[in-house]
Amino acid sequence: MSILVNKDTKIIVQGLTGKTGTFHTEQALEYYGTKMVAGVHPKKGGESWSSGLESAAELPIFASVGEAKEATGADASVVYVPPAGAAAAIIEAIDAEIPFIVCITEGIPVADMVKVKAKLEKSKSRLLGPNCPGILTPEECKIGIMPGSIFKKGSVGVVSRSGTLTYEAVFQTSNAGLGQTTAVGIGGDPVKGTEFIDVLEMFLADDETQSIIMIGEIGGSAEEEAAQFLKDEAKKGRKKPMAGFIAGRTAPPGRTMGHAGAVISGGKGGAEDKIAAMEEAGIKVSPSPAKLGETLLEVLKG
Amino acid sequence: MNIHEYQGKAVLKEFGAPVAEGVAIFSADEAEAAAKSLPGPLWVVKSQIHAGGRGKGKFKELGPDAKGGVRLAFSLEEVTAHAKEMLGNTLVTAQTGEGGKVVNRLYIEDGADIERELYLSILVDRTVGRPAFVVSTEGGMDIEAVAHDTPEKIITLPIDPETGVTEADSKKLCDALELTGVAAEDGMKLFPILHKAFVEKDMALLEVNPLIVMKDGHLRVLDAKVSFDGNALFRHDDIMALRDETEEDAKEIEASKYDLAYVALDGDIGCMVNGAGLAMATMDIIKLYGAEPANFLDVGGGASKEKVTAAFKIITSDPNVKGILVNIFGGIMRCDVIAEGVIAAVQEVGLQVPLVVRLEGTNVELGKKIINESGLNVIAADDLDDAAQKIVKAVKGGA
Repeated sequence: MSILVNKDTKIIVQGLTGKTGTFHTEQALEYYGTKMVAGVHPKKGGESWSSGLESAAELPIFASVGEAKEATGADASVVYVPPAGAAAAIIEAIDAEIPFIVCITEGIPVADMVKVKAKLEKSKSRLLGPNCPGILTPEECKIGIMPGSIFKKGSVGVVSRSGTLTYEAVFQTSNAGLGQTTAVGIGGDPVKGTEFIDVLEMFLADDETQSIIMIGEIGGSAEEEAAQFLKDEAKKGRKKPMAGFIAGRTAPPGRTMGHAGAVISGGKGGAEDKIAAMEEAGIKVSPSPAKLGETLLEVLKG
Repeated sequence: MNIHEYQGKAVLKEFGAPVAEGVAIFSADEAEAAAKSLPGPLWVVKSQIHAGGRGKGKFKELGPDAKGGVRLAFSLEEVTAHAKEMLGNTLVTAQTGEGGKVVNRLYIEDGADIERELYLSILVDRTVGRPAFVVSTEGGMDIEAVAHDTPEKIITLPIDPETGVTEADSKKLCDALELTGVAAEDGMKLFPILHKAFVEKDMALLEVNPLIVMKDGHLRVLDAKVSFDGNALFRHDDIMALRDETEEDAKEIEASKYDLAYVALDGDIGCMVNGAGLAMATMDIIKLYGAEPANFLDVGGGASKEKVTAAFKIITSDPNVKGILVNIFGGIMRCDVIAEGVIAAVQEVGLQVPLVVRLEGTNVELGKKIINESGLNVIAADDLDDAAQKIVKAVKGGA
């Protein structure tokens, strides 16, 4: 099993006709034939999109998410729309009751995400992101921008706030011979859809996921909340071997480190508190981002 | 993006918040006229820099017994004397770092009769994904110390984005701040105003410390620290016009022109990385091997050759840099683009320090080939661990 997406997941693309949307849709189609089924563009409904690759796949374009969903039976949407219009695109997908929405766009105003979050709470949809690399289930389905070549089908669930550190974890667990069930990038924005706890719950429930790597960073308290969740679940007997990492041990307070959410402010959100909380919840936290795979192997050996 | 106190107050005044009358000045010659235009007989002369703790701050050039960055004046002569002493000098506060910040602007403000000092701020509470008021009766002091010593004196109230500040919300805030009579009436008006300003102007932080109750019972915004969501500035030209580049690091301004996320730090190993998390992790691993990073730099996902070249030039323009580590895990970012950008930059500005390059991911073989065939004196690394050890060794060995 995997979580959230598999070989049957049918995906529409919001922002398909742009350069980024086109490139990554081509990559997804190339990745074990991920089922990309349509694009959405308010002014290009009725037209079609063709991939520049040898396969020359064609996808129909619909004027709205609602029409695209009705015509294709899509169960997921990926959003590549630029920042100024991205929140409206997510809201359109929520209104169309798309079950799973993945927003890759970086740089959406926080106030826009506050509106999205309020809408999301009253909806049937799950949002992953924004400002995230997406999700990938090896040899089945790739939504977003992760490089497919580093993945290997296997037993590790990967969840991360950082895109490129997700790749490190995936690469290292592939090299260690473990492989992944699913890798989920939850994104670096302060207000987002899916949180660590949601993904951890799914990994705990998934039989094929035998161990988990969780990668956090400075800012906020999501890692501490996730650690508390894991402690509570462990008391109920639900527990899996875990390794982790927190980026930003050396970051100075008060400065935003690239991600809008990565800032130590008001004495909160520092790395040491997060590491302590995770260790207390039984996660072996690697001091080095280069030793994620090694650390997990050590945990598995006991 | 941060703005000065007087600019923040002007923004709040537009929305109807009660602020004192005041005039910003850039030279001591303007001080007397500025003070004369205000009612008096008490004035406050306030240093305008993008950092807190000004009142307790000290001027580097003045003796340890000299007054701080916020001063009271009881006559026009005193206003001018303060202005002469403060302008052009360097104010060091708990938030500026040891270097301090040069005071280029002063704000001359009408004094107030203070009865009580309160704390109020609005920011997005990420646990609930909503803007929240944070208030305390313990105003005027370091709020982090209050949070640490007496957390029960800080009250947080998230606001539903669909309803805004309701009457019930305002009442709760009045109670939390122990406002009664005229002050409570003012509060019922003020809280929705501040929330409206926060939302409409896409603020990241609105901090009023202190919010005061005056002797006549009315509320006044005595200080205002306002910063804005950088991602939303595209829809606020009026706010963009308030940017004061003299308050920012020159390298950071240059980086922002190329849309690079760059933060200057104190160490000697320059870093160029793709992805914010990996960039932080690269800083961490440098420290783990006993050295200090000179900067945080995320070149982003789809960087062009020009962007990479600009990034490399910004790193080498820092005189503290004794070695450079390029760490790329290409997803969207292609390794060959990075390689070409680095080579173009080196050809333009030269390479006086050791350079370690670690490439992985999309087009890695091509990237490595380009670097190898360039004839540049580049130290290749196999993985992140290897890269960090090699750059630390190269820098320490050369010391």
